[in-house]
Amino acid sequence: MTAGSPSAELAIETRGLTKRFSHQMAVDGIDLAVPRGAVFGFLGPNGSGKTTTIRVLLGLAAATSGQMRVLGQDMPRNLREVLPRVGALIEGPAFYPFLSGAANLHRLDTADRDAPSGTRGARVHRALERVGLTQAAGKKVRAYSLGMKQRLGIANALLAPRELLVLDEPTNGLDPQGTREVRALVRSLAAEGTTVFVSSHLLAEVEQMCTHAAVMSAGRLVAQGTLDELRGVGASRVQIRTPDADGARRVLARLGLAPERAGQPDNTGDDGDGLVSAALPDHTAPRDPAVAPDHSVAPDHTVVRDHTIVRDHTIEPEAIVAALVGAGVRVRGFAVQGSSLEDRFVALTGEGFDVAQ
Amino acid sequence: MLPSDSRVPSDSRVPDEVPSDVPQESTSDPPGDLSFDPLVRHSRTAPGWELLASELTVLFRRRRTWAMLLALAAVPVLIAVAVRLSSPVAPGRGPAFLDRITQNGLFVGVTGLVVSIPLFLPLTIGVIAGDTIAGEAGLGTLRYLLVAPAGRVRLLLVKYAGAAVFCVAATVAVAVAGVVIGVLLFPVGPVTLLSGDTIGVGQSVLRLLLVAAYVTVSLLGLSAVGLFISTLTEVPVGAMAATIVLSVVSEVLDALPQLVWLHPWLFSHYWLGFADLLRQPVAWGSFADNAWLQAGYVAVFGALAYGRFATKDVLS
Repeated sequence: MTAGSPSAELAIETRGLTKRFSHQMAVDGIDLAVPRGAVFGFLGPNGSGKTTTIRVLLGLAAATSGQMRVLGQDMPRNLREVLPRVGALIEGPAFYPFLSGAANLHRLDTADRDAPSGTRGARVHRALERVGLTQAAGKKVRAYSLGMKQRLGIANALLAPRELLVLDEPTNGLDPQGTREVRALVRSLAAEGTTVFVSSHLLAEVEQMCTHAAVMSAGRLVAQGTLDELRGVGASRVQIRTPDADGARRVLARLGLAPERAGQPDNTGDDGDGLVSAALPDHTAPRDPAVAPDHSVAPDHTVVRDHTIVRDHTIEPEAIVAALVGAGVRVRGFAVQGSSLEDRFVALTGEGFDVAQ
Repeated sequence: MLPSDSRVPSDSRVPDEVPSDVPQESTSDPPGDLSFDPLVRHSRTAPGWELLASELTVLFRRRRTWAMLLALAAVPVLIAVAVRLSSPVAPGRGPAFLDRITQNGLFVGVTGLVVSIPLFLPLTIGVIAGDTIAGEAGLGTLRYLLVAPAGRVRLLLVKYAGAAVFCVAATVAVAVAGVVIGVLLFPVGPVTLLSGDTIGVGQSVLRLLLVAAYVTVSLLGLSAVGLFISTLTEVPVGAMAATIVLSVVSEVLDALPQLVWLHPWLFSHYWLGFADLLRQPVAWGSFADNAWLQAGYVAVFGALAYGRFATKDVLS
């Protein structure tokens, strides 16, 4: 931590947060740092401790050890002051099936001590409107589809103006249209200044709506930072499709790259094409200071490890092609690929994504 | 980073007492930091009456609640119809006061309560009290109530108050249904009390309400037991069954002469002890004994429920 009070800039901050159930370490000493105003993706395979972390953060479960602050206040000591400023969707929506959607929101709003009853009707109406449920407001929740319940759950989180929204798997059960709407909603909320903490096991979802992300694996926080930091800016690769794989590797090696055989392309016949790929040197370094990692945001777990290495020579992709062709390599395909979050994930979690622990 | 409020340590604040100077707590934040008008929040205090009103709305919007009240109301109706259709009952046979029904319809209410106390009333109270916390946990709404935040103590109090209101509704359902069907099927007139005195119709309705109040109080201990059991599980049916079983166990123990030392401590011990309310003048001794015993159960099991629920990890 730098001097001053960086925690004022953090919507969620934990230090060594640990939650142990009798036989299992669900959350193992995590140091989360969610900057205010961020759309923060909380990623991890099923069972990696995301929901448990959220439950502890919101005071539903007690931490075994560690400190946490939410919206700048110690939790769970200031639960009563903090929670009215937080909207939450935790492990899926839950409602009284025998009440209508609107009646459910009325009910849950009365539980919030700070929610003014005078504006309750108007706030319920607005929340339903925001998630597109106005038509179904009077319908019993029993008759709602999973996607409608999910929307109602998000509406519940939006009943009052919030500084922080915690959304656990918000697009679960939604159709593609609903998923898009949720993404737009999250963006508009972020534009209003609300910090959004979204947990998900869907990489694409996080890549599309988040500015920051953290990765959980087996209860530990294995990475945290902005999306660019997580991807590893500049770590792109070239991939060459050619029948002369050995020749291509020799050319790449001569250019100072580390070629590796990437196997057979999956969409070809039996013409003997092979794939050769190699990591490109970081041609964007030195990085723009404006997007340099903020150490108050990711003090320990930033995944950017070598951004200070400035390479004095860069290889343009077209130069590689020219060299290959010049050496008589039959180039049948050439691609420059940015590393995806998915690659990082597999590297970080050490296994295929979506595998339960 | 503590609030600069030196008079009250913020962690010892009584949850239901909302200080009027709440904005002080945000002195550590720059004022421009709030993304919305702070007047929207903390603009008023909500001691929990609204949550209680909402709790009662949810309770009485459930078909289950009305089904149980109707079933309870059916008890005196069945008794009255059966007595009307059959030959006169010999005094001393059947439930207490049964033989008096044909002479005075007002006794149907009392007879209905006598018949309902051992099983029907504990059954319905067990369902409601067992459902209090476990039902919310089972639906998953408990986590949303708590992060609203409802406050754990406040929620527990509101839940217990809801169960107590149901106790009133249950006994009133039996008593009112009994009076109505009694008036329809039997003559109504001055009532002869157990002490031999005779009182008018108005007085006797008052006595019936007194008996209903006694029965309601009798059920408060069981409600507290149910509330505690409800904090132990996320399966409402389990909490309901356990509460009902406990009430039966209490009654069985109360019937064993070998355990006579235990009897004054059983919550069901005074359940049928309202005969003193039907004397002239009213003997309040059993009412007071019953009220003290029930208050003791409420205190003990309320404390247990608090001890369990205040620190429980809500993982449902």
